Amino acid sequence: MNSSENHGKRVGAALVVGGGIGGMQAALDFAAAGIKVYLIDRGPCIGGVMAQLDKTFPTNDCAMCTMAPRLVEISRHKDIEIIPLAEVEKVEGQAGDFAVALRRRPRYVNEKCTGCGACLAACPVGKLKPSDDPKKPQPIPDEYNEGLSFRPAIYIPYPQAVPNYAVVDPERCLHLKTGKCKLCLKSCQAGAIDFAQKDEAVSVNVGAIVVAPGYKLIDPKVKPDYGYGAYKNVITALEFERLLSASGPYLGKVLRPSDKAEPKRIAFIQCVGSRDSERDYCSAVCCMYATKEALLAKEHLSPDLQCDIYFMDLRAFSKGFEEYYNRAKAHGVRYIRCRVPKLGEDPATRDVTLTYLGEDETKHEAAYDLVVLSAGLRPNPSSAALKGTLGLELDQHGFCVTRPFAPVDAGREGVFVAGVFTEPKDIPETVIQASGSVSRAMELLSPAKGELIANKAYPPETEVAGQEPRAGVFICHCGTNIASVVAVQDVVAYARSLPNVVHAENVLYACANDSQEKIKKTIVDKKLNRVVVAACTPRTHEPLFRNTIREAGLNPYLFEMANIRDQCSWVHMGEPLPATRKAKDLVRMALAKSRLLEPLYKKHVPIQKGVLVIGGGLAGMTAALTLARQGFKVHLAERDGALGGMLRRSRFLFEPEADPQKHLAEVVAAVKAQKNITVHTGAVIEAIDGFVGNFKTRLSAAGQPAVEVPHGAIIVATGAREFQPEEYLYGRHAGVLTQLQLEERLAAADWRSKAPRTVVMIQCVGSRDEKRPNCSRVCCGAAVKNALKIKELSPETNVYVLFRDVRTYGFKETYYTRARQQGVVFARYDENRKPRVAERGGRLAVTTYEPIARTEAVIEADLVVLAAATVPHPENKDLAQMLKVPLDPNGFFLEAHMKLRPVDFATDGIFLCGTAHFPKTADETIAQSLGAAARVAATLAKDTMELEANVSQVLDDSCDGCAYCVDPCPYKAVTLLEYMREGAIKKIVEVNESLCKGCGVCQATCPKKGIAVRGFRLEQISAMAEAALAPASLDPTPEPEPAKEEVAN
Amino acid sequence: MTQQSTPSATCLPAGEASDFQNPDPLVIAFCCNWCSYTGADLAGTSRLQYPPNARIIRVMCSGMVHPNMVIDALTKGADGVLICGCHPGDCHYIDGNLKAEKRAEAIKLMLEDFGLEPERFRLEWVSASEGPRFAAVMQEMIDGVKRLPPSSYKTG
Repeated sequence: MNSSENHGKRVGAALVVGGGIGGMQAALDFAAAGIKVYLIDRGPCIGGVMAQLDKTFPTNDCAMCTMAPRLVEISRHKDIEIIPLAEVEKVEGQAGDFAVALRRRPRYVNEKCTGCGACLAACPVGKLKPSDDPKKPQPIPDEYNEGLSFRPAIYIPYPQAVPNYAVVDPERCLHLKTGKCKLCLKSCQAGAIDFAQKDEAVSVNVGAIVVAPGYKLIDPKVKPDYGYGAYKNVITALEFERLLSASGPYLGKVLRPSDKAEPKRIAFIQCVGSRDSERDYCSAVCCMYATKEALLAKEHLSPDLQCDIYFMDLRAFSKGFEEYYNRAKAHGVRYIRCRVPKLGEDPATRDVTLTYLGEDETKHEAAYDLVVLSAGLRPNPSSAALKGTLGLELDQHGFCVTRPFAPVDAGREGVFVAGVFTEPKDIPETVIQASGSVSRAMELLSPAKGELIANKAYPPETEVAGQEPRAGVFICHCGTNIASVVAVQDVVAYARSLPNVVHAENVLYACANDSQEKIKKTIVDKKLNRVVVAACTPRTHEPLFRNTIREAGLNPYLFEMANIRDQCSWVHMGEPLPATRKAKDLVRMALAKSRLLEPLYKKHVPIQKGVLVIGGGLAGMTAALTLARQGFKVHLAERDGALGGMLRRSRFLFEPEADPQKHLAEVVAAVKAQKNITVHTGAVIEAIDGFVGNFKTRLSAAGQPAVEVPHGAIIVATGAREFQPEEYLYGRHAGVLTQLQLEERLAAADWRSKAPRTVVMIQCVGSRDEKRPNCSRVCCGAAVKNALKIKELSPETNVYVLFRDVRTYGFKETYYTRARQQGVVFARYDENRKPRVAERGGRLAVTTYEPIARTEAVIEADLVVLAAATVPHPENKDLAQMLKVPLDPNGFFLEAHMKLRPVDFATDGIFLCGTAHFPKTADETIAQSLGAAARVAATLAKDTMELEANVSQVLDDSCDGCAYCVDPCPYKAVTLLEYMREGAIKKIVEVNESLCKGCGVCQATCPKKGIAVRGFRLEQISAMAEAALAPASLDPTPEPEPAKEEVAN
Repeated sequence: MTQQSTPSATCLPAGEASDFQNPDPLVIAFCCNWCSYTGADLAGTSRLQYPPNARIIRVMCSGMVHPNMVIDALTKGADGVLICGCHPGDCHYIDGNLKAEKRAEAIKLMLEDFGLEPERFRLEWVSASEGPRFAAVMQEMIDGVKRLPPSSYKTG
């Protein structure tokens, strides 16, 4: 595991294969840690399946809202090179120094593309309509909308796609097929279309490779009885996701395909293509996505919409899932436990019919307007090629095989894996593995960090203080996107007439290279000290223009943008006059703000490289070790007298070769031998002060005087504990154990000689009830594991598992199948009729109600084993208060974002991992600990930390210390200071710029204009509003007719 | 998908012109950078059409908008002011939008003091993927103020 023993060459670059959410996370973490990244994707853009999702469970957050800022960050990152349409052909060399040969397919569109979309409208293939005549050419199904709409042969995969260039579909382009057409070429004023492009060989030299090729849905046609493809109103869950999406085929209207009518009855069929004999694994996400889609469908259509989910076990096993499932039931989503054998279609109505055997063993019939198939996940078929090129081991389904305790190691040194490629999993676990992969890679590459990243040199900044504003205004045509609606020439003339404008001109594409050069030259020639660009949106283009003016010696914050495309010409297409008037207003508003702009500088604060890891179990030790191997000094604080945590009680895993105690001993030995780790056992944390980059913690260890340690980041890895059951005679009868106690017994040498005749396991003890609504995630797996171990050691022992839902997600399903094959009896009990345990003549008698037989059964048992919940430490509360981080309602630590920031707290510099976050398995803990470490390494990579410039500033003359702004600050960045002046106590607030994120809640709370966000000060925003309201009489030009020649431009 | 959307296909139903007392009002819309401004851009990418009477001002968070900014805009002649933020739970800054929601209550009370109709101010949630919703919110807001007389604070 320790790669630092290898002393070969280290290249400070990494290859990330796959541009989905996993690959994106890996790329960002690598780049933050000082590693140059090549991010490749087979497709024309990055984003993966997450870009197609409408919302994400269990918070119903908008997927694109959380993802889009990352897309933009990657597209603008100086150290991330995106290589789309590329595949790995050959990998030579070894860990630390790989020579990778890539093959890039032609895009037929070059970097001059501005993403304006003119070619899309010009393409004749985009105008095709579906036809029943097989001789007629058919339109091209749009992949982004899962074929529910059509696209041209030159297209941008989705509006926020990165890179936001068009791409030509070579299979359907008329020019590439017949040599004719070229209409797109004529429409492109940027000159970006290049049909001469050919396949290209690209070679890159990298030190490590992270593979995250993602997944596809299992084709529901593997289940012909469901009629997918034949019945129009049977669709996949991903198609339904597109129906729900506001950017989907019907703009968020849920309509069924056959007649575009709003459905009144929707059924969701679970486990389509998974949990069957061919694919004996659980796809892990479908129960929750079906629940989400049912809830959203009700939101879109009507609360009375009938939503029935046909399922076998409802697997709501992660944070907030059980509560989400309960909420869905409360909203009237019906869950029907059965495996649906077959669907039918009413030929007249196109309604879908189904017949099923209910739990009451009687036959039921139902009809639906729309049926959604919860298709399972399979590895992306393209990843099969990685077996040859990267030498990866793949299982029979094509998943990448990893070893126990090494969840992100691909089996070849220097190559790491993340995401569904190793096992079906949810977004946060993919993100965790991606970060974890980076941490493992950085153990290898940390000596080379910073070597290949771009260090851009800028000319010295021009002094502008005290100068009257001299603004240059550049109005973009965006080809015809703006100019066909807005009379650009008139806007230019108008801009020239405005105060402080010394230059105004129109440019064909403001973002194109020639325009950028023109802007730079004008800044120098006309001594501009403000630049306004009226074009598309600052969300995507402000960083580009800021960089441009900085290259010309202007402070980048002396820039303002007017959005006259996305928010003007594109939304007022039929109204050139009002649109032109609005464009002028927007320019006037931008100019008004620009006059009040001032140079801003990003502050740099020195950072402490040390890390405090709280908790010395598997999570804390794993994080400490990977950080120490990357050269960070770690203080590992464990409250117990010894390292090891809960892992000390684990005796075996599913895999026979996995020995938890051996792994634990190795990790403890490695921690003790690591010179970069200082272990504090028996530790008590007395106080933690400071903020990201500069924390100070006072901790005392058993028998030692308290010490104060400085550090830059914190990892919370305090673990969890086993619930002490109060029911089922636990603690009152020696034959009633918890699963952990059983595991200890099974590991003892005398099990065989004293093997019990009958063991009854009872699931969900202390979980999924009113007091602790969450599922404890690991207990079903533990029961199956221990049941199999019993059958291995004493096959004659009868084993019963009394369960509510068997939640053996992912590959654990295979072991569940095996347990049933080996005679373990799984019997469901109802939450309202729990089993009862009584003592009867020394033996135990378990009475359980059988919902199918509708009778009570009594099982005589020697051992009753309780799946005791995994519960948070009560001490979490104190630590949470000390760190000012939140706990969830169940008492586990709450991460910054359930999907995309699964190891971060909202407070910068503090991270979490392991069972302190939620119950999880050893491998999941290891991945999350590596992930948390990667985020620490990214935070502490540089010697100084760059702070945002657009943060709050206290205006000393106006602030009277009323402190209204202190409590509302979401980041606790504002504090009240008291000081003496002229014999009186004065008060004022202070902003900690390391904590402030510039949201401006403080400035909106302040009654005295005493605090403001730089770049968004009240005067600056008010100036825009006032400019918008400036009476028309101040408008120096009369309302013009749109100049016709401009419109044609 | 958006590229195929034509304006006619996505045009929203306009209000009844006969109801309008103020056919050409001016609305100031403060939109948060992360959700609503992005939703406004998506309305553009999707070519959704709405009346050209709004001027959007980008703010980082809906929680950044001081109540005085709303009142100032209205008393300087804006016919309506709209604040758009992320849906509850989606805020980029944890819960700035909820703070905006609380302030909106205060703003509504202030409207009365200034003799302004309640329809002149709205707080709406629009996510980054809700282009259609953004266009619909704009249409509703603008139609709403068109039904009112021009702002009594309007000069010139």
